[in-house]
Amino acid sequence: MLSPEMMDLLLSGTWETLYMTIVSTLIAYIFGVPLGLILYVTGDGGIRRNRAVNLVVGVIVNILRSVPFLILLVFILPFTRAVVGTTIGSTATIVPLVVAAAPYVARMVESSLKEIDGGVIEAARAMGSSTWQIIWKVFLPEAKPSLLVGATISLATILGYSAMAGFVGGGGLGAIAINYGYYRYQSDIMLITVILLVIIVQIFQEGGLKLVSKVDKRTR
Amino acid sequence: MIELKDLTKEFKTSKAEVFAVRDVNLTIQNGEVFGIIGFSGAGKSTLVRCINLLERPTSGSVIINGVDLTRLSTKELREARKKIGMIFQQFNLLSQRTVEANIRYPLEIAGVKREAADARVKELLELVDLTDKAKAYPSQLSGGQKQRVAIARALAPEPEIILCDEATSALDPITTSSILDLLKSLNQKLGVTIVVITHEMRVVEQICDRVAVMSAGEIKEEGTVRGVFLNPQSETAKRLIEPSHSDALSTPRANTLRLAFTGDESGAPVISDMTIQCDTMVNILAANTENIGGKAFGQMLIELPEDAASQKKIKDYLDGRGIHYEEGGDA
Repeated sequence: MLSPEMMDLLLSGTWETLYMTIVSTLIAYIFGVPLGLILYVTGDGGIRRNRAVNLVVGVIVNILRSVPFLILLVFILPFTRAVVGTTIGSTATIVPLVVAAAPYVARMVESSLKEIDGGVIEAARAMGSSTWQIIWKVFLPEAKPSLLVGATISLATILGYSAMAGFVGGGGLGAIAINYGYYRYQSDIMLITVILLVIIVQIFQEGGLKLVSKVDKRTR
Repeated sequence: MIELKDLTKEFKTSKAEVFAVRDVNLTIQNGEVFGIIGFSGAGKSTLVRCINLLERPTSGSVIINGVDLTRLSTKELREARKKIGMIFQQFNLLSQRTVEANIRYPLEIAGVKREAADARVKELLELVDLTDKAKAYPSQLSGGQKQRVAIARALAPEPEIILCDEATSALDPITTSSILDLLKSLNQKLGVTIVVITHEMRVVEQICDRVAVMSAGEIKEEGTVRGVFLNPQSETAKRLIEPSHSDALSTPRANTLRLAFTGDESGAPVISDMTIQCDTMVNILAANTENIGGKAFGQMLIELPEDAASQKKIKDYLDGRGIHYEEGGDA
């Protein structure tokens, strides 16, 4: 029923989607984890309270978070070109995905860190731990399961964003859905891309939760 | 030696300034087991947190072995804290680390070499009798086991002081007793100074040498456990010592005696013997006694017969047995 060309297209679209999503998520975490840590550590009740830093980072994060992704995508095109040399294709899509996802990840990380039992932090302080030791040996390991849950959710969210990139010439399943399903009224292609996206999200979700239950030592 | 001088901790809220600790002066000798007892909200947790500066006092000084902790730099304070272990009511173990990795934590942050740390962890696991749980995670342990891990962790850097913040309040009586025995034996074996915060008189009775009674942020009285127990001066101390679940002592009535058992009396059945010897009868109004290490601790409130002759006989008997008593009501 599908032409071999269409099969190839869907296959490469799937790969592009996975590539964009996974690479963007990884880079978003490289920026998002330190930002989340800064928000948490300098925030109310943090181990290194600092109003000014917290306010500045908080405001930047909130501004980026309030811009709708589609607008951000277009708005930062010059920046995208400066970073990767092009504004078209999967690699070009990674730039706005990271810009949109990093602040989101920062808040996810912050909220995971906030779940850490205050008593454990107090014990670490009482033992004479430095701020870095608390971050490396207490915050990140103790929040690991929650951070992984957050990463699973982020992955699905970023996948959703990546589909939107199809509107401005980004690659992946989203682009296929828009170009064939929307502009050419090929609803069967639209349906197939949606099903593929659903399957990918399911795999991320299930895999993520399996991993979490495996690493979390709080349950017997 | 721990010296707290004019220690005050205020918490500023939007409406008022609340004194959690007010003008506390306290000296705790090296090698001592010192209790700080009081009801909830008395400020004892804040006070113990001021000792290792988890709470920075508003004014006053915390001097440990001659060094005023409030004057140290952040780095110096971290080093000082490594010599002050602390255990908590909720244990506060790292949930994602095994028992042995929890005990290793303070050694890691002190930069102890791997082999030396391994040996120390092994030794501590033996000390708290948890060698078979080395690879377990905290969620797989009972409350008593968790607290023993916490004790081992606190001991790892060979501290001079251990602060116990309601360390047994989340445990059942039998586990409490065994944890207290462990602390006492560590005090005797290692000479570590122990500061115990509690709201339970039995904790103080079981392990403390001296005790301070705290209420509304202030130390109301201080002395040997025996002294405070036999002759409580402050209202708070009396209420803490009082047999629980009884209003008997708060409403003074004539012809009553409060008998105090401090574990020094012989194991003989005192009341039965007394009624036989004195050929009279007494009414037990309230009692709160416990058997700790084969000795009776606690107190009993008895009502004496009306006639003065019997009363005298009873008092003479108690004097003869060396049992401490206080008269209620008619005093």
